[in-house]
Amino acid sequence: MNSRTEHAPIIRMKNIEKHFGSVIALAGVSVDVYPGECHCLLGDNGAGKSTFIKTMSGVHQPTKGEIIFEGAPMHFDDPRDAIAAGIATVHQHLAMIPLMSVSRNFFMGNEPTKKRFGIPFFDHEYADRVTMEEMRKMGINLRGPDQAVGTLSGGERQTVAISRAVHFGAKVLILDEPTSALGVRQTSNVLATIDRVRKQDIAVVFITHNVRHAMAVGDRFTVLNRGQTLGTAQRGQITPDELQDMMAGGQELATLEGSLGGTV
Amino acid sequence: MADTAATGDERVKEIPAWRRALIRPELGGICGAVLVFAFFLLTAFDSGMFAPQGIMNWTIVSAQFMIIAVGACLLMIAGEFDLSVGSMIGFAGMMIAVFGVVLGWPMWMAILITFALCLAIGAINGFIVIKTGLPSFIVTLAFLFILRGFTIYIPQTIESKTIIGGIRDAAEGDWLAPIFGGKIGQGLFQWMGDVGMIETFTRGNRAGQPVIDGLPMLVVWAIILIVFGHVLLTRTRFGNWIFASGGDAEAARNSGVPVNKVKVLMFMFTAFCATVFALCQVMEFGSAGADRGLLKEFEAIIAVVIGGALLTGGYGSVIGAALGALIFGVVQQGLFFAGVESSLFRVFLGVILLGAVVLNTYIRRMITGER
Repeated sequence: MNSRTEHAPIIRMKNIEKHFGSVIALAGVSVDVYPGECHCLLGDNGAGKSTFIKTMSGVHQPTKGEIIFEGAPMHFDDPRDAIAAGIATVHQHLAMIPLMSVSRNFFMGNEPTKKRFGIPFFDHEYADRVTMEEMRKMGINLRGPDQAVGTLSGGERQTVAISRAVHFGAKVLILDEPTSALGVRQTSNVLATIDRVRKQDIAVVFITHNVRHAMAVGDRFTVLNRGQTLGTAQRGQITPDELQDMMAGGQELATLEGSLGGTV
Repeated sequence: MADTAATGDERVKEIPAWRRALIRPELGGICGAVLVFAFFLLTAFDSGMFAPQGIMNWTIVSAQFMIIAVGACLLMIAGEFDLSVGSMIGFAGMMIAVFGVVLGWPMWMAILITFALCLAIGAINGFIVIKTGLPSFIVTLAFLFILRGFTIYIPQTIESKTIIGGIRDAAEGDWLAPIFGGKIGQGLFQWMGDVGMIETFTRGNRAGQPVIDGLPMLVVWAIILIVFGHVLLTRTRFGNWIFASGGDAEAARNSGVPVNKVKVLMFMFTAFCATVFALCQVMEFGSAGADRGLLKEFEAIIAVVIGGALLTGGYGSVIGAALGALIFGVVQQGLFFAGVESSLFRVFLGVILLGAVVLNTYIRRMITGER
């Protein structure tokens, strides 16, 4: 279905293992992510999704295994390395600061400066203009760039965070459960944003435990269970029910689901 | 999404201008300052409070509060407290006396080494807070006692007294000391005296000289620190990092803000402000006392809160903090001029602190969409 998958993957995680003391959080996970695809990473709580994306974004260093980014082996010492390479992570709750304005949030950590008398000052004019433009592109109407992020809805905050990452040159965008706390309409806004981002040839890694959200935008699906991957499936090759079963590790949920009438 | 983009969200009401004004952090400070001035203009106008000497009197007291409030303000916005400010003032003053008078080092060297020492202690405060993750309240409370203890112990041990004098003599002719103890603008004040804008002494050996002979460096330092703090906070990328570190340290870290560095630097800046305060004070008094700076940490924090900063960090204003300090200074001296029992000042402090915190909580809800 997706011709882009014929290109080289932008990032390859090969046999990643991560041990925390005696706990094996990841026991050899391999995932390839291609530019312009939305790669869904599914798994139940404790499956190792968080550990895996934290390894990808440089928060953790893998105990074993290799990360190949744009064809070359990469070693990230900390998240800044990963961000500099073009791997951006948008966290569910930890993306925005409610008390700060949208424009201050948008440029947080990447503040534009303008020299006056040889001193680099924060270029508010530029920051405000770019913020308004980017927000308009994403379909968010701001009262002004100085509007506090606290006044935005959860979905709008995610969208601001995503467009911020894209603006600063993300090639791989990791979204950590962006929809899990959102309402129906806000979820659809975020999913629409993901679609927009994908069309700009950016690789999106979408972490969720909601199969329906994954099916709505995903091109490929990788299921993690107890630190291992159960393989990657293309869109169209797998049904939502099969994904759900894989996530739960098979039978238990199947019987439970029967009694609940398929509402899980 | 396209249609919402075209029409805007119909559920978002226009915010009235007065509410927009209300969410500026300085507003409380401005209103408070206006009220306080109005009150004393009505009740104490004839007392000399608004004569040149009276103005200089409360300006100096306010400037003292301002110097420590600027440091406390930036630190609070960065999400931390420093309860060791008062002890640091006593400690820094005592170190000047020990180095400059007891050990007899040149004053400039005593000043520079005191600065280095106090900044290092500020950095230690910061490192302990970020490495242990303990609340800064506890860490700096420990330093409140540690520094105060040393401030009493050191002069007791080497001089068998708790006040060391002779600093003014030791600073005589020094090139660095006047930056803290001197005055500027003597010519301007002389001129103002000559043309009759301010009174001059009519008798004694200073006859003909104006009653105010210059602007103390203490006031100059207050102005410099306020301008520096305000520009740093609102006009630089570092200022954005200060807001971010206090607003949500984890989110800031995820965005690549060096939160730990920001916090440590703010602890050092607070220590710097306390040291400036201490230097101005010992140069003026000519002595260092073990009890100097008592309770200053709370006064600084109260001034900052009156100025609209949130105790939880991430929001506030240096201008607001400076206005908070002005309110402080004017009321403290104003009660004296108005002939009111000075213990009532504490009552006033408590009341205004409570009022400011309640107002700030309300403003916080308003910024974050009243949820």
